[in-house]
Amino acid sequence: MAEVVQVRDLHYSYPDGTDALRGVDLNVDEGERVAVLGPNGAGKTTLMLQLNGLLRPSWGNVHVGGVPVDDSHKSENRRRVGLVFQDPDDQLFMPTVRQDVAFGPANAGLRPPELDTVVEDALAQVGMTAVADRPPHHLSLGQRRRVAIATVLASDPDVLVMDEPSSNLDPASRREVAEVLLAMRRTTLLVTHDLPYALQICPRAVILSDGRIVADRPTSELLADKELLAAHRLELPFGFDPTTVSRSALR
Amino acid sequence: MPTTTSSVLTERLYVSRESRIHGLPAHVKILVVLGSVVAIVATPPTAVWAFLLYFVLVRLLLLAAHIPFRTVAPRLLVELPFVVFALLLPVFGTGPRVSVGPVTLSEAGLWAAWGLLAKATLGVMLSVILASTTSTADFVNGLQRLRLPEVLVQMTAAMVRYVNVVVDEWHRMSRAREARGFEARGPRAWPMLGRSLGALFIRAYERGERVHLAMLARGYSGRMPELDSRATVPLATWLAAASVPVCFAVVAVLANMLGGLGG
Repeated sequence: MAEVVQVRDLHYSYPDGTDALRGVDLNVDEGERVAVLGPNGAGKTTLMLQLNGLLRPSWGNVHVGGVPVDDSHKSENRRRVGLVFQDPDDQLFMPTVRQDVAFGPANAGLRPPELDTVVEDALAQVGMTAVADRPPHHLSLGQRRRVAIATVLASDPDVLVMDEPSSNLDPASRREVAEVLLAMRRTTLLVTHDLPYALQICPRAVILSDGRIVADRPTSELLADKELLAAHRLELPFGFDPTTVSRSALR
Repeated sequence: MPTTTSSVLTERLYVSRESRIHGLPAHVKILVVLGSVVAIVATPPTAVWAFLLYFVLVRLLLLAAHIPFRTVAPRLLVELPFVVFALLLPVFGTGPRVSVGPVTLSEAGLWAAWGLLAKATLGVMLSVILASTTSTADFVNGLQRLRLPEVLVQMTAAMVRYVNVVVDEWHRMSRAREARGFEARGPRAWPMLGRSLGALFIRAYERGERVHLAMLARGYSGRMPELDSRATVPLATWLAAASVPVCFAVVAVLANMLGGLGG
């Protein structure tokens, strides 16, 4: 299968000298859903911003869809990687939902009527067609998060990268966002420390700790390794046992 | 008809109705209001009859927009500072004076005060009609279609989008302060309020950086894509809309030619 994301020996230091990434290697195949787990400050967000070139490596390189992430492929890098930020209020900056979903493809040069079709499709994929003409602040957090997903789907990215998609959601909204993600057959990187959510959505998980990938296994296996989790400040919620979650529940 | 106003700051002015005026594209409405206001301002205050005609025209526009006058009346309060200024003019004006009861007032000052009041009231009423019949999102589109400088349009759009977010943040902060026994009373509370305001500014600034990152991630390169997909406005619509400022202009021209009562 084709590799969509290739990260090779990626190092990154912030201008103040903090080493955020110290040699990350990560390959993600087409259609795979991979959870990137790690404690706060492990470099998860830094890795996310490297994927579409908002930050540049100090050393090493990143390819997405076979295209190097660098200055000469800026607009292509941005189209191929769909970043969904944690706070939808940061992501949804246009006056109405429809305009916001149109923002990415319009920047790529799409114009009506093709643009309208793309917007409708993206909103339909997250079940938010009904709110198209409303301003984002009228929506609940769960609805805003789904619209935020639509805003990147509209650009038809090779890989969807989501930062903590379950944070602050009530259980119903959490399930609705999960359903949207599970219904898509799209390569997805889920950056989170919500371990049950990672298990539900991603068959494979990696642990990013102290700027390195320290584990890369099937999620159910990884979550069963209590010592590994404890060594990297990851903890399962009280009473949650990944070994008793049935396979049928995960499909 | 009860008028429902939204709890959302940027939509309190919009009155949702079906009317020909609501249906006009925003940029057409902005030009209509601008043209009409210019005509009103160019009218000499002494032509009192012209201003009466203007009020009739504005009343007709309100009827056409299905906006009851009692919705408009409280919104005229924004004019208050001008009213205060207008009331001072006859007291401090120069030239011949007329005595009204125990005080003498400047005649030129009286005319100036009347002119200021009448023009300001008409201008505010027209703006209220524009604001009541145009949603903020449409208004921003209208500015973009009028080729207002890109940066101004983007700043307006960002303000419209984020003013509610920032105001909500401020409400949450004040609730958190009150929950811990803080009461905003008197100057002794000012240092605390100042610090809160500073914290709010920093949060808003940081949000600005995150939003910018989110924009870059979706291919933003300094220009906003034009998103209003509506086709060009048909000539008939333009002509119908133009009839409004033309009416105002005709009255203004006549007023300038004929002059007025005591002028």
